[in-house]
This record gives sequence, structure tokens and C-alpha cells, in this order.
Amino acid sequence: MNPSISIPTAPRSRRRQISDSTIQRLFIMPTLILLILWNIFPLFYSLFLSFTQYSHSGKASPVWIGAANFDALLRDPQIWASFAVTGRYALLSVSLQAVIGFGLALLLRARFKASGLLTTLILIPMMLSPVIVGMFWRLIFNPLTGIFNYLIGFWDPTTSPVWLKDYPLISVVIVDVWMWSPFVMLLCLSGLKAIPDYIYEAAAVDRASSWRQFWRITLPQVAPLLLLAILFRTIEALKAFDLVMGLTGGGPGNATETVSVALYRMVFQGQARTGMASALAYIVLIVIIAVSNVYIWYLNRMKEA
Amino acid sequence: MATTATTRPTFAETGPATPITDSVRVDQITPLATMGITVRLVISILVALIMLIPVIWMVMTAFKSRPDTTASPPVVFFTPSLDGFVGLFYNRSQLGAGELAQYRERTDLSFIERQALARGMKILGPSRFVGQLRNSLIIAVTSTLLAVALGLLAAYAFSRYEIPGKGDWLFFILSTRMLPPVVVTIPIFLMYRALGLYDTHIGLILLYTVFNLSFSVWLLKGFIDEIPIEYEEAALVDGYSRLQAFRKIVLPQSATGIAATAVFCLIFAWNEYAFALMLTSEKARTAPPAIPANLGVGGIEWGVIAAGSLLFLIPVVIVTFLLRKYLLRGVTFGAIRQ
Repeated sequence: MNPSISIPTAPRSRRRQISDSTIQRLFIMPTLILLILWNIFPLFYSLFLSFTQYSHSGKASPVWIGAANFDALLRDPQIWASFAVTGRYALLSVSLQAVIGFGLALLLRARFKASGLLTTLILIPMMLSPVIVGMFWRLIFNPLTGIFNYLIGFWDPTTSPVWLKDYPLISVVIVDVWMWSPFVMLLCLSGLKAIPDYIYEAAAVDRASSWRQFWRITLPQVAPLLLLAILFRTIEALKAFDLVMGLTGGGPGNATETVSVALYRMVFQGQARTGMASALAYIVLIVIIAVSNVYIWYLNRMKEA
Repeated sequence: MATTATTRPTFAETGPATPITDSVRVDQITPLATMGITVRLVISILVALIMLIPVIWMVMTAFKSRPDTTASPPVVFFTPSLDGFVGLFYNRSQLGAGELAQYRERTDLSFIERQALARGMKILGPSRFVGQLRNSLIIAVTSTLLAVALGLLAAYAFSRYEIPGKGDWLFFILSTRMLPPVVVTIPIFLMYRALGLYDTHIGLILLYTVFNLSFSVWLLKGFIDEIPIEYEEAALVDGYSRLQAFRKIVLPQSATGIAATAVFCLIFAWNEYAFALMLTSEKARTAPPAIPANLGVGGIEWGVIAAGSLLFLIPVVIVTFLLRKYLLRGVTFGAIRQ
């Protein structure tokens, strides 16, 4: 036994003894702790706040008032209006995105010269920062100096539509569709590429028309991915904030005030009704969870069929 | 009667007149399908052009002089100017008539100052945008490094070990990403104000780290799942420790996945608006909430806004091209692989 040899090897062998369960814990714990601190704790805190009267700009501490916030919110026509705005916006933009995105995917599914490059180019809008995009579209929509009206054929600025004033919600939908149709396209493309050729061959041998092939093969095969894309987009549309803030800031008046914008205005502008806003945040959360569950239920039912 | 049906050589004996190099789908030799390709190409080019018009317009506006940006009808052909960029990086002030003549005679003006003088302005000093861009960079890079490092460890553990309640944990991790930012911001805002993290780099870095963490765990788990577990088992048999196997086998094997994940996290943190708007004011303010604020005094400076937006978007466009293979994975949390 020579101690001078055993000393340097001892720590190494101890390091090797780290058991798998220790590694598991060491690897997972930091992530879980961070997620719990930044997500679960705030959720409980705002659940508490939603039952209190509280303004973060004042000195008074939260006062428990029971469900009064929820009661007031559900009676407030302003809140219902912003839910209606969000709903209309989500419905319009998601359905347009589904149709356009699926159409683009059908267009780009065939391999041809530069199809990869063109696909990537079309995908650029969805990677950009929504608030900056929204901001810049203000210039594009401007009836005097913007190009939008000129491109769609209104050459006379005195008679052409003033998009952000006359059709504010439609304007937001246009930009959202421009930005996110490529997303639906990307998902549908992967669905289309996964359809095996032999199904079409069999259909062609059976002399199925291309119309029939589309309804009986293409659509059902892509449906799960299309629905997934619609789910993602619906959740995002219900959260709509960045783009609206950049493009209209919720205006003119309250015409494009989505729930998220209303929430923001409630907390950070005016009287800072923090307790009330927490209650609204919870209502939004419940709506989002409900909508996603309906989709997931539908997706599962379709898988079983 | 030269050849009868019986004497004619059959197809099986001679084979096709020309060798078949490609298999042809039966339904794709119809006139419609063959004609389709050219039509598709033309339509796709048109669509790509339409999609890119706003981006192209932004590039053009960034290089227009002030009168050109507000011309009606908008001008397509113009003499390029650096007006927008000068306005973006420097604060300027209008020169009075006397000062103007004085400035015109000076010969010691720098390039930037001459640009400003062309509009009758002088340079006061660097603008706040420089600092905001720096904030964006610091916060995005640091939070990405943290999110990827922590995410990688968790993803490895979730991929390789049987952890009780694994599915539930993974679902919990994913669900944190579904929360609307505005919903979690109120308590986080109060929490940050109490802890002194409001308007600090650290505060925003931690928040973006957490927000990206769920994404990076899911995406990286998908990449690690694809590495055959046999490699590590072989290494373990050869006397590697778990950690060594992780470092020497899993890390290099998942390098592409790590890079792709990092870039997605970077884009998220780079583009993020809602948290930055509500949790910063001055010191740690990043570029996205700041660019709209540049709408500024004395009329909208579209050239300046376009220049700022352009600088901000260039990295994202480059990254889109680099990542094109992984875009699908990235936008679906790794749920769909191509």
C-alpha cells in the first residue's frame, strides 16, 4: 500500500460514484425550480389578487373583496366588447390563415426548381418581431404615403379607404394573415409530404378524379396537422397583443382593443386597477384552457375515427 | 404478315426502348399535372414577392431621405440617403439660419455631420437606441445561453431516465409556455418591484430564461431521443462515467440540435415585446418596445423607424435561412419532425 498513489485517485473514484438518481435530480431540479418560481408562484399570487381590491400605484395593501371583481368584470360592457373584438379577430384571421396556408402548401408541395428557396422566402414574415411589423404596416396602410392602397388598385388618395381609421380590425387581420399564413403552410407541407404516393397511384388506377382525390385523400390525411396549426394559431390569436400594440395601440377608440390590450391598459395606464386586472387575467386563462381542450378533444376524436 | 403476335419479341425480353431512370407516378403523366410545374413556379414566385413587399418596402424606406419617405404617391425610385440611420444613432437639432451658414463653411465636419447638415441639422450626441440595441443583445444572448444549458441537462434526464410522473412533468413544462404573457406579467411585475428586479438586465434575463426553458427542454429532448442509447451504453461498459458519456457522446451528437434550439431561443428573446414593455422603463429597455416610441417629436420619422426595424430584422432573416431545415420542429415545440 502506497499512500502517495491512493491520495490522487481517491477523489476521482468518488466523483465516479455520483449515482444516477443524483444526476437526475441535479439535471432536472434547476429547470423545475425556475419554472415553479416564475410560473406557479405568480399564478397563485394573482389568484389571490383577483379576489382583492388593489392598485399597485397606491400605498394601500390588497383588501379582500371576494368575487366582486369577477362580478364587476362580467357586467362591464367594455370587457364584453373586448372579448367580442378578440373573438372576431381570432375567427377571421385564423380561418383566413387556414385557407391561405393550406392553399400555399398545396402549391408548394410539388418539387420544382427553387421550391425550397421560395418556401423559405415565404416563411420570413413569421420570424419577424410582431410589434415592429405592426409599427411598419402603419406606414404601408397610410392612404397618402403608403403603398397598400396603390397595390390593391386605389390610385386616388382622396377616395381610397383609410384602413386604420375605417376598417381597423380588418387591418389587424390583414397583417396577421400576412404574417402567420406561412406558419399554417409549414405544418400542412409536412403533412402533405408524409402522404405516401401509392395511395394516389391506387386512386388514379381506380380513376378517381383529382377533385375526389383531394376530398378523400389529401384533406383527411392533412387534417390532423391542419387542426394542430389552427390550435396553435387560435391560442396565439386569443393572446393577441404585440401586433395590435404596434399597429393600432388598441384604437381608434376601443375598436381593436383585444383582451390582452384591455388588460394592459387596465394595469399600466390610468388608475392601475391591479386586482381587477388579475381577475380578468384569470378569465382569459380559463377561456384559453377551455378552447384548447375543445380542440384537443376534437383532435383525439378524429384520431380514433 | 411479317410478325404475328406470337413471334413479336415481348416486352419482358427487350425491356423499354429507353432505360427507366425515374419512376413515374401514374396519375402524374396527365397533361394537367405536367403543365402544373411551370404554373406552380410562376405563382410561387408571385406569392413570395407579395409576401416580401412589406420587407422590401422597409429596406427602401430605410434608405430614403425624409422628403422621400413622406412623398405622396410613394416613390419607388429615389436617391439613397443615410438620413434614417443618422437619425437612428444620433440625436440631432435643427440649426438656425445664422448657424447654418456658419456650419456650411466649416471644413472639419465628419461624414455623419455632413449627412445631418444636408437636412440643416447638427449632431448633438449618440441616441438612446444604441444603448437599447446593446440591452437587447446582452439580454437575448445571456438568457439563451442559460436556457439552453439548463434545458439540455433537463432534456437529457427526461430522455434517458425513467422518472416517476415524467409525462406530467413534461406537460407542466409545456403548459407554462401557453400562458399569455400579459396574464403572468402582473404578479411578476409586483414581485420584481419588491425584489428590486424591475428595469434590470438580470430581471429580464431570468424571465426570458424561464420562458425559453420550456421550449428548449422539449426541443432538445426530441434531438437527444434520436441519438441511439447504445452509444452511451457502450461507453459506460468501457468505463466512462455518466457525466463523461454525456460530455463526450451526447454533447457532440446533439450539437446541431443545440445550435438550432439556441437560435430559436435567441429569436424569441430578441423579438419579445410584452414583458420588456411592462418590466423595463429606462435602464434595461430593449429595442422592440423602444422602436415604436421613436415616433418622436415633430412628425413621424419613418426613415428612422425603418432603419431601426431593418437593423433589427436583418439577423432574424439570416437566421431563418440558416434554420430552414429545423423551422417546423422549432415552431411546433419539436412535436413534428421532418
